[in-house]
Amino acid sequence: MARQPIGDVLLKADNISLSFGGVKALSNISFDVREHELAAIIGPNGAGKSSMLNVINGFYHPQQGQITFKGQTRSRMKVHQAAVQGIARTFQNIALFKGMSVLDNLMTGRNLKMHSTMLEQAVYWGRARREELEHRGKVEEIIDFLNLESVRKTPVGRLPYGIQKRVELGRALAAEPSLLLLDEPMAGMNLEEKEDMCRFVLDVNEEFGTTIVLIEHDMGVVMDISDRVTVLDYGRLLAVGTPDEVRNNQEVIDAYLGVAND
Amino acid sequence: MAMPEPSTTAHPPAVGDADTLPKLLLQHARNRPNSPAMREKAFGIWQTWSWAEMADEIRRLVCGLKALGLESGDKLAVVGDNRPRLYWSMVAAQCVGAIPVPLYQDSVAAEMIYILNDADIRFAVVEDQEQVDKLLEVKDRCPQLEQIIYDDIRGLRDYAHAGLLHSIAELQTLGRDYDREHPDFFQHCVAETRGDQFAIMLYTSGTTGNPKGVLLTHDNLVITGRNGVEQEGLTADEEVLAYLPMAWVGDNLFSVTQSYVAGFCVNCPESTDTVMTDMREIGPTYYFAPPRVYENLLTQVIIRMEDASAVKRKVFHYFMEVARKFGSRILDGEQVDFMDRMKYRIGNALIYGPLKNVLGFSRIKLAFTAGEAIGPDIFEFYRSLGINVKQLYGQTEATVFICVQPNGQVRADTVGVPAAGVEVKISDDGEVLYRSPGVFHSYYKNDKSTRSTKTEDGWVLTGDAGFFDDEGHLRIIDRAKDVGKLTSGAMFAPKYLENKLKFFPQVKEVVAFGDGRDFAAVFVNIDLDAVGNWAERQNMAYTGYTDLAARPEIAKMVRECVEKVNADLAEDSRLSASQIRRFLILPKELDADDGELTRTRKVRRNFIAERYEDLVNALYDSRSAVDVDLEVKFEDGRTGRLLAKVEIQDAEVYGVTELRKAG
Repeated sequence: MARQPIGDVLLKADNISLSFGGVKALSNISFDVREHELAAIIGPNGAGKSSMLNVINGFYHPQQGQITFKGQTRSRMKVHQAAVQGIARTFQNIALFKGMSVLDNLMTGRNLKMHSTMLEQAVYWGRARREELEHRGKVEEIIDFLNLESVRKTPVGRLPYGIQKRVELGRALAAEPSLLLLDEPMAGMNLEEKEDMCRFVLDVNEEFGTTIVLIEHDMGVVMDISDRVTVLDYGRLLAVGTPDEVRNNQEVIDAYLGVAND
Repeated sequence: MAMPEPSTTAHPPAVGDADTLPKLLLQHARNRPNSPAMREKAFGIWQTWSWAEMADEIRRLVCGLKALGLESGDKLAVVGDNRPRLYWSMVAAQCVGAIPVPLYQDSVAAEMIYILNDADIRFAVVEDQEQVDKLLEVKDRCPQLEQIIYDDIRGLRDYAHAGLLHSIAELQTLGRDYDREHPDFFQHCVAETRGDQFAIMLYTSGTTGNPKGVLLTHDNLVITGRNGVEQEGLTADEEVLAYLPMAWVGDNLFSVTQSYVAGFCVNCPESTDTVMTDMREIGPTYYFAPPRVYENLLTQVIIRMEDASAVKRKVFHYFMEVARKFGSRILDGEQVDFMDRMKYRIGNALIYGPLKNVLGFSRIKLAFTAGEAIGPDIFEFYRSLGINVKQLYGQTEATVFICVQPNGQVRADTVGVPAAGVEVKISDDGEVLYRSPGVFHSYYKNDKSTRSTKTEDGWVLTGDAGFFDDEGHLRIIDRAKDVGKLTSGAMFAPKYLENKLKFFPQVKEVVAFGDGRDFAAVFVNIDLDAVGNWAERQNMAYTGYTDLAARPEIAKMVRECVEKVNADLAEDSRLSASQIRRFLILPKELDADDGELTRTRKVRRNFIAERYEDLVNALYDSRSAVDVDLEVKFEDGRTGRLLAKVEIQDAEVYGVTELRKAG
């Protein structure tokens, strides 16, 4: 089984505009993400990358425009509905349960798939037991996939930053998402950690066929691994295209390197 | 050169008495099909294969390899961590008469080229993408490499190398089809294997020149393995953890051969990072590790204890003192007072037991250390906890065993008596020679080396200098070429003295002189961390290494170390002549940048003798102090001068009225 070919449009953003009071975070942004694609959103600080991600998973509600996911145009929705629809994400500043073990953190990612009641779980009987075993099996696959065996039972708070990031990716994967949003997965990492993370992101895409939207401001990383890149600057859409197209786009170069104003 | 193997003493009635590994496999599969043969932790759970299941897996591998074209006499490389399927493919290769060649999994691609070509590797069975990438990288320069078979498919789905790359699963599917068409093939193959066939080829690390391929036969492995099993009383109920490199001869003997002979279960850890956890879960009964593993574990324990509360620390230190006094003696079955025995029991309940449990040492019956000298403190620590750690002396060329310490006669500074079936003698110039059923057949494609290592009548030259002490235990003292003589004719082994002194934490490096001189004398480098720490606690101000090294307090401290070594040496008739009479503390740390150490931090004795010629002379004339003027190189490449006054110290020597001749 090789990498799955890029398919139809999975997610479509239409004319999205978002402002906080007088600050225009996003203005008239349109782009799409296709199935099994590895798409990146890049831009300098304050370009609106994280806002865009928050719009996609329903945390922010744009004043204008709409998001279409799996062919359904969404109206104002609650955050948890995004998860139900199959969108999972990681955060720029790690948001794990620090006192819980890696294993338990990953198990929380399975929450949506658990159907047994609290009472059943308390006595660990019947359906609860069956489910627990099934989910643990799935989580073990992810532990194996992300090479987390040696820290399986370690409380997350005791792990180095790079590993915590990986645990967070693992928790998102545990939900078996069809769309995975990664908010600066390589931020603050050293070169080796970055390379590892790139490998894992590519492997996720290849192995599970997960569609991935990645925010990153490290250009090198993005250009190497993405299929398509969307560039934002001050809430505006600068360019969309393959890494090569974007690299040679004059506006992008200006935004990153600055323009001489005389 | 082929040589008739010396016959061994009567065969023991072991569980498996066949003469090759494949035959042993089938014997176990027939006699005890449901006993566990191998475990691997995967997805958080220990998965078990019984002997029958393992034989079945290997059967499919044999047929698959045959279907891919592996022939008798071919070489099959095995590269990866300790994975069951890699172990199986080694035995599978042996079934068709091919020779498995395990490689160190951490060698870089360029290092592999030499071995791949030297061994004429046609097939390679590797663990994962990392190893596949390395082999593909060097494929152009290794034209004879035809097939690469991998265990873990992750990341390899998109590799387009049809006909070259196969997964083990594919291979086994091929094997199943082949087996269906040739149902007698496997049994026939196994029946054809003979004890005098080559079973494995292992490359020696080769500190000088290129590595050499050591060819071992099934007889070498099986007879040596069986002798060990019998001597140590190993049974089919042992548990071992296979975590040392597969390319190391020890892993092949302990985790493969002895398991096949005695029928015990081998456990493969989940990954290299989880060895500690896996060890605790399995609780091996039979264990082996190089000294550095024991050292690391001890360091971890000590560090954790430093962080513990004051009460816990007190209790820990009290009972460790009890253990130090009585632990080894109890282990060796000596007489110990009832009260002291009781104290040790309480210590066992409170400290030693839980500690051993955390380290995964609770069930250990026998633990080996080998490879290099182990610090006496480390060695004693484990023995005092009641863990039967023993030293063994071995070589790839001997299929591991040359000497082993017998139970109850374990000393920190000997390597024991000749192992079962092994004869050991010392040549006239002090080199250790041995002859055993484990003596290797030859070096692959290197008759010259074979001839210079192995004599016509089967004795192998180890290159190590040693002697049997008064109790009949072998002591290895140095590489033979470094051993010299004092003017009195007494043996002088510089490395032996150096190591003995280096076991003191205050001492970092030592350079010993004495060859062709009247007595032994040493240069000492103090350990700036350890000694500096001590100086701070004494409220002693110092500006740096040179300053500290010149202090009389430090000289006194080093003299105590030297005199302890002398007292030790005096107990042995052959070494008492090389007691250290004079020493000095070097005004600078020996440094690889100045060419005084090799990059692996070994002292370059001759270079140092030249560079510090005046200091060496001062050791042997009656001067009590010397002024030195040295050129030193800083890390940034600049050079500077170092001016210092170095005092020469005298040390007490013990019990030598006259220098005895070495006999």
